[in-house]
Amino acid sequence: MKHCDLVIVGGGPAGLAAATAAYDAGIRKLVILEREETLGGILNQCIHNGFGLHTFKEELTGPEYAARFEQLVYQRGIDYKLGSTVINVSHDKTVTYVSEKEGLQKISAKAIILTCGCRERPRGGINIAGARAAGIFSAGTAQKLVNIQGLMPGKEVVILGSGDIGLIMARRMTFEGAKVKAVVELMPYSSGLNRNIVQCLNDYDIPLKFSHTVVDIKSTNGRVSSVVIAQVNDKLQPMMETAEEITCDTLLLSVGLIPENELAGYAGVQISPITNGAVVDDQMMTSVEGIFECGNVLHVHDLVDYVSEESSHAGKCAAKYVLEGVKTKEFVPTVGTNGVRYVVPQKIRKDGNYEQISLRMRVANAFKKVEIAVLLDGEKIVSRRKQIVTPGEMETIVLKPELVEKVKKGSKLEVTLNVGGDK
Amino acid sequence: MYDVLIVGAGVIGCSIARELSRYQLSVAVVDKENDVAMGTSKANSGIVHAGFDAKTGTNKAIYNVLGARMFPKLAEELDFPYRRNGALVLCFDENSKGELIELLEQGKRNGVSGLSILDGDAVRKLEPNVSDKVVAALYAETSAIASPYEMTVALAENAATNGVEFILGSQVKSILNSKNGFEVRLSDNRSLWTKIVINCAGVYADEIYNIMKVSRPINIVARKGEYVLLDKKCGGLTDKTLFQQPTKMGKGVLVAPTTHGNVIVGPTAEDIPDKSDVDTTVEGLNAAFGTALLSVPSLSRRDIITQFAGLRAHSTEGDFVIGESEIQNFFNVAGIESPGLSAAPAIAVDVAEEVAMRLNAKKKTNFVARRKGIPCFARMSDSERKQLIDKNPLYGKIVCRCENVTEGEIVDSIRRPLGATDLDGVKRRTRAGMGRCQMGFCTPRIMEILSRELGKDMTEITKNGKGSHVVVGRTE
Repeated sequence: MKHCDLVIVGGGPAGLAAATAAYDAGIRKLVILEREETLGGILNQCIHNGFGLHTFKEELTGPEYAARFEQLVYQRGIDYKLGSTVINVSHDKTVTYVSEKEGLQKISAKAIILTCGCRERPRGGINIAGARAAGIFSAGTAQKLVNIQGLMPGKEVVILGSGDIGLIMARRMTFEGAKVKAVVELMPYSSGLNRNIVQCLNDYDIPLKFSHTVVDIKSTNGRVSSVVIAQVNDKLQPMMETAEEITCDTLLLSVGLIPENELAGYAGVQISPITNGAVVDDQMMTSVEGIFECGNVLHVHDLVDYVSEESSHAGKCAAKYVLEGVKTKEFVPTVGTNGVRYVVPQKIRKDGNYEQISLRMRVANAFKKVEIAVLLDGEKIVSRRKQIVTPGEMETIVLKPELVEKVKKGSKLEVTLNVGGDK
Repeated sequence: MYDVLIVGAGVIGCSIARELSRYQLSVAVVDKENDVAMGTSKANSGIVHAGFDAKTGTNKAIYNVLGARMFPKLAEELDFPYRRNGALVLCFDENSKGELIELLEQGKRNGVSGLSILDGDAVRKLEPNVSDKVVAALYAETSAIASPYEMTVALAENAATNGVEFILGSQVKSILNSKNGFEVRLSDNRSLWTKIVINCAGVYADEIYNIMKVSRPINIVARKGEYVLLDKKCGGLTDKTLFQQPTKMGKGVLVAPTTHGNVIVGPTAEDIPDKSDVDTTVEGLNAAFGTALLSVPSLSRRDIITQFAGLRAHSTEGDFVIGESEIQNFFNVAGIESPGLSAAPAIAVDVAEEVAMRLNAKKKTNFVARRKGIPCFARMSDSERKQLIDKNPLYGKIVCRCENVTEGEIVDSIRRPLGATDLDGVKRRTRAGMGRCQMGFCTPRIMEILSRELGKDMTEITKNGKGSHVVVGRTE
């Protein structure tokens, strides 16, 4: 068995940022384990631009954004292993991985950061009835086929779900000569970023049908031949009298992302049923001492900049844990109420020593003219007004050091919505 | 000229093929699909029934009990997933307890051992997630689960190893009877000659037989059954197969573990006119899931990873049709609905013996009874994994991350006899793509491996044979 101070599971944007930060905080015996043959994770297939506006103040493509962080890893000489899939993480922080080169290996680590990302919700997860034919892809799979392998998934496309990957793929497929006939969204609002709706659909006259869903998939000769869509009522149930058949050979699904927390589960990490990610404290430490989580495995982000920011923080905290050990056992819990679906981190250490805390959250519904308020034991300590909040856009509130000091003395932190205008 | 031509490469056709391969005979199996187990055999409950359900004295009862007893040895010889987990037939109504006892008595008459009646509390002691509304259950210790498509693949591979020829992707268009034997014309315009035809064509068995202009045609109704499959994390919901007391339309909806640790819920029962219709429906899903909730109230729709439908070949005569037809040397093995999987091994022995006797065939001395399955990385200990990767580094490359399927297994599934030629073929043999992401991540990788191993262009790779191309071309 090998020994290591820090093992980072995943070499995507979260893993790269966490590794760099941990190195800069003094950790030298660390390794990144990546299952693919390249670093960069899902960014490699995101060849559109729009990445890095916050971090680098310029618009980069996914691979360009990843390359900047890869450079930081290379410059520091941080060890990384490609084609290496972690198959187990144990409670005592032993990481088991396999690779073609090294066979099966075990590393005993002082700390582990899980940065495994997320997967797309498949068709079965939303129970669309009909044919089980070729031509049904999750949007990310289609993106990989087009952008990495140069293959066309289809010529006439319907996209279910207006998540960002679905929107991006609507434009991408159009560029490649396919006809995107409609983007169909169950909710009365998009779960993607507004800028993507404008740049990927409106600019190409692709219709976006809110409050609609796919109710049937038909096939000819083993391949999708049409889908039937229908409007849904306010209980999200399809109204069959509105059914409409659209001829197409491809259905792309962009219906949600699910953090990949199987490894966390093996290690006994407590998982939040709301985020599907770990329950973490303000250092991004999970319920298992020395195991940290950040990025999309923790909760699904919409901007990679926030993944990097959160992961740098996690890397720094993991380094501190390795060097100094843990002292805290007492926490102030954070909860979302009145339309705030979740808050990450879910708890704040009472005796931690740190500068500021970013509270990241998502709302449960679209609201206009709201105040996002942070209450400490019922008393408002900070708030922000927003013209609009939607479940598709993550909100962040930063607690400044003096507020953090106050929070540490409290017993419950609540983030809530005060709705001033229309829903 | 073949001695025997088997029409249909489902579990019945492949079981008979394997039994016949013990004899010095030339045997071929023809199927319209490009793989074995493409009909009922790939979409059913995967239950090896104890044998109490069928009416005493029927083919269903006799072959079920005999067949179920053969499974432990067969599964061991052919290395396919099988586990004796036991079953409970749940009774929700004090007034129906009498029928439960009748079922037990029928089981005893059929020759089933290990049957007992449990009260509600005893049931919940065995299976804590069973509904409080259950008042009693028939407990059948010998009930088991098997992976029906892996079993069929195993039978076919072993038959092929023992000399049976498989002609896949060719549909039987006509069968002409003459003094010299049968001339079987295929969709690719080939003609095959055979002394004996064994019709194992599942829901199409009536069409195959009735083209012979017979005086008493058979009639097979396709009875659709819809299923939902739950994530492996629900594997602990039940260890035993949970039936509900049977009704006229079938055994009701079951909740059972699969041999791979998922939970299967279903089937519905609906007679349908189109024998190629395996589409799932909203009504079917709701019916299957809703009914299953009676047995296990804590089932959650959130845990569904996929839905599928299969067709049972229901003979309007109500029993299995097995044996020589009014046409000499033409055998029917038709109407093999539930408990067909359980009965298959015993049916195969009887049919093969009769056919061998007819042809005066002697047994081979070099029959290979054992078949080794694809090594399953996910189920190995770490030391076994280490050894395997040392021998073949491709076992260190995980392709399907949900089910931990390695490139080594996928390559093996393609290279072995009757190997996989498409995504679904790989999936049935290795489980790559059967996990919670349902082929999201591994589709492009498996396409690459298929392309490399089969020497096909990426644009030629299909999901499940003709027409089902995964992609339509290349980008510009």
